[in-house]
Amino acid sequence: MLGYIFQRIVRAVPQLLLISVLAFIIIQLPPGDIVTLQIQRLRNSGVEVDEVQAQALIRQYGMDKPMYQRYFLWITNIITKFDFGYSFTFEKPVTEVIMERMGYTFAIALFAHIFTWTVAIPIGVYVAVKQYSITDYIVTFITFIGLAVPAFFLAMIIMYVALTKFDIRAGGLFSQEYLVLPWSWGKFLDLLSHLWLPIILLGTGGVAGTIRTMRAMMLDELRKQYVTVARAKGLSEFQVIVRYPSRLAINPILSGVMWLLPWLFSGGLMVEIVLNLQTAGPALYSSLRNQDMYMAGAYILITGFLTAISAILSDVLLAVSDPRIRFGGVEGA
Amino acid sequence: MSTDTVLAEIKNLRTYFYLAEGVVRAVDGVDLVIKSGRTLGVVGESGCGKSITALSLMQLVPSPGRIEGGEITYYRTIHKTASSTTADAINITRLKPDSREMRSIRGNQISMVFQEPMAAMLPVRTVGAQIMEAIMLHQQVSKEEARKRAIEILSRVKLPNADRIVDTYPFQLSGGMRQRAVIAMALSCNPNLLIADEPTTALDVTTEAQILDLMRELQREFDMAIMYITHNLGVIAEMADEVAVMYMGKVVEQTDVTSIFRKPLHPYTQALLRSIPQLDDVMARAAGQKKRLETIKGMVPDPYSVLKGCSFHPRCPQYIEGVCNQITPEVIEVDPNHIVRCHLYASHAAQAQTNKDATP
Ligand SMILES: Nc1ncnc2c1ncn2[C@@H]1O[C@H](COP(=O)(O)OP(=O)(O)O)[C@@H](O)[C@H]1O
Ligand SMILES: [Mg+2]
Repeated sequence: MLGYIFQRIVRAVPQLLLISVLAFIIIQLPPGDIVTLQIQRLRNSGVEVDEVQAQALIRQYGMDKPMYQRYFLWITNIITKFDFGYSFTFEKPVTEVIMERMGYTFAIALFAHIFTWTVAIPIGVYVAVKQYSITDYIVTFITFIGLAVPAFFLAMIIMYVALTKFDIRAGGLFSQEYLVLPWSWGKFLDLLSHLWLPIILLGTGGVAGTIRTMRAMMLDELRKQYVTVARAKGLSEFQVIVRYPSRLAINPILSGVMWLLPWLFSGGLMVEIVLNLQTAGPALYSSLRNQDMYMAGAYILITGFLTAISAILSDVLLAVSDPRIRFGGVEGA
Repeated sequence: MSTDTVLAEIKNLRTYFYLAEGVVRAVDGVDLVIKSGRTLGVVGESGCGKSITALSLMQLVPSPGRIEGGEITYYRTIHKTASSTTADAINITRLKPDSREMRSIRGNQISMVFQEPMAAMLPVRTVGAQIMEAIMLHQQVSKEEARKRAIEILSRVKLPNADRIVDTYPFQLSGGMRQRAVIAMALSCNPNLLIADEPTTALDVTTEAQILDLMRELQREFDMAIMYITHNLGVIAEMADEVAVMYMGKVVEQTDVTSIFRKPLHPYTQALLRSIPQLDDVMARAAGQKKRLETIKGMVPDPYSVLKGCSFHPRCPQYIEGVCNQITPEVIEVDPNHIVRCHLYASHAAQAQTNKDATP
C-alpha cells in the first residue's frame, strides 16, 4: 500500500513540472509584459517613474532575461520560498492573498461535497432499488431539472427569496460588523451562520449528477449474481443492498474525489462570485482578467497541483476500497 | 443412512414473469419431491424453468417474477439432536420473501450454489468475511469463533491452506477454488438441503469431476439433500438418485436414475438421451462411417406462447394429431415411482384407474 502511494507520487512529479512550464508559457502569452503595464499604471495614477526606476523594476522582475531564465527564477522561488510573486491588483504577495482565502475555500468545498454525498448517495441507491417506481420517476425528473439549472442561477434565486421573504441577507462570509474584527467566538458563529448557504448551494449543484451516477452504477451491480448469493445467505434486503452492490457502486464517487481539490478553485466559482465569498476562486479569477501575471500563474499552477494531488488521493481511496486495484487484479466483477 | 423422509414437496408450482411483451410462464405447474439425504437431479434444456423453480423454493424469484400459485411444503428442522430431529411443515409460498422466518431458512436450512463461481462473491470483501457473515447471521457465535468455523469449512471443501485462503479475495482464486469456496459458504450453516444450480457448467472437465466428487462426499458427511440442476445428463448419471426432466415449465417425467437411462418414457427424455454421444457413435466415426448425432428437431417455442395440449407436441416424433395438440396430458404413474406426462401412456392411466376401482 505504502509502495503504491509512493509510486503514484513519483509518477506525479514530471506531470507537475510539465504543468508549471505550461502555466508559465500561458501567463507570458498576452501581449505586453506585466512590468511595462505596471509602469503604465503608475504613470497614469500620477506617480513619476523615470527611466532609471523603470529599468530597476524590469531588472527586479527579470524581464531583461530570456524566458527560460525567468521560468527558473519563478519556479525556484515557488519551490524554495513558497513565493509566488507579487499581485499588482491586490498589492500584496500572491501567497498572502491565497493563504487568506484557503481555509474558507477548503471548508466550503469539503462540506459542500459531504452535503452532496449524504444527500445523493442514499437517494441514488434508493431509486435504483425501486427502479420504475413513482419515486424513481419523480427523482429522475427533478435531477434532470437540477442538471439543467446552473448552480449560480439557483444561488441567485435563493438569495432573492431569502432577502425578500425572510429578510436574510445571504452572501458573504461575515456580517458587516464582524468583517474587520479579530477572531472571536462571535465571529466564528457568524461565519457558521453564513457558511451553510454556500455549502448547500454548492452541494446541491453536485446532487443531481451524483444521483444519476449512483443510480446507473447500482442498476448495473444489482443484476450481478453476488447479490442473489447474498440474499440466499439469509441477509435482509437492507443488509444485502448496503453491504454488497453499494460497495461497488460507490467507486465512481471515490474517483470523483479527484475533482474535489481543483473544484475548490474553479468548480464553485460562479456561485462564489454571486454569493460574494472571500474564497480563493474569485480572487484568482479576477487576476486572470486583469493580467495580474503572478496571481494568474499561481492560479494555474495550484489548480494543476491540486488536481495531481487529488488524483493520487482518489486512487488511494479506490485502492483501499477495491482490493482488485491494490493487488493489480484485472478482471471485472 | 438415506431415509425416505420427505424434506420438501413442491405441488403445482407456478411462477410467472410479467413483462411488457407478455407473460412468461417460467414455471407452470411443477411437482417435485425432495427426500432427506438424497439427490434429486433436475434436467432440461436451458430456459425450461429449472433455475426459477429453485429460486421459488428459496423465495428469491427476481422481479418482475412472482409465485402465482401452488405449494412448497418444507419440513423445517426445529430441534436436532444426535438421534432425532423434530420438524414442522411450513408452506414457503406463504412466507414473505424478506420476512424473518424466510430468512432464517435461507442460507441456514436451505442454501444454494450458483453457476458462475466468478460472480458469486463480492470482489472487494475477503472470502472469509463473506463466509463468516452467514455463520454469524444464523448461529450466535463471536467473530473469532465464526472465523474458526470458516477456516474449518474451507478445509472441508479440500482447499489447501484454508487458514490463508480465509483472508484472500475471491479474484485471487482460480475458478475451481472459487467454486469450492462458494460451496463452503453454502455449507457453512449445515443445511438440510443444498440447491446446486449448474455449479460446474462454467468449469473445465477436470475441475468439474473434482467438484462432483467433492459434493458427493460432502453430502454423505453432512447428510443433506441436494437438488442438482443441470442440462447435462452425464452429470445426472453421476450425481442423482432421482431425476426430474423438465420441459417448458413442467416436469414431464420423474423416476429414479436407473430407470431414466434404462427405460425413458417421455419422447422428450428419449430425445435428450439420444442427443448425447454414445461410445457406438464414436466407434462408428472412427471406422469412417458417417453417423450424425441426433438432435431434437425444432426449437424451444418462445417463452410467451401458451401451447394447447402437450407443450412438446410440435417437436415430438410420436405426436398424435387431435390428441397431443388438444388435450393437456396429466401425470401418469406408469410404474411405481415412475411418472410421466404423456398421452402415449394413457392406457396405463386407464389401467391404474380400473385397478383402483377394483380394490375395495
Ligand atoms: N429475470 C427474468 N425476467 C424475465 N424472464 C425471466 C427471468 N428469469 C427467467 N426468465 C424466463 O423464465 C424462463 C425459465 O428460466 P430459467 O428458470 O432461468 O431456465 P433454466 O432452466 O435455464 O434455468 C425462461 O424462459 C426465461 O426467459
Ligand atoms: Mg438456469
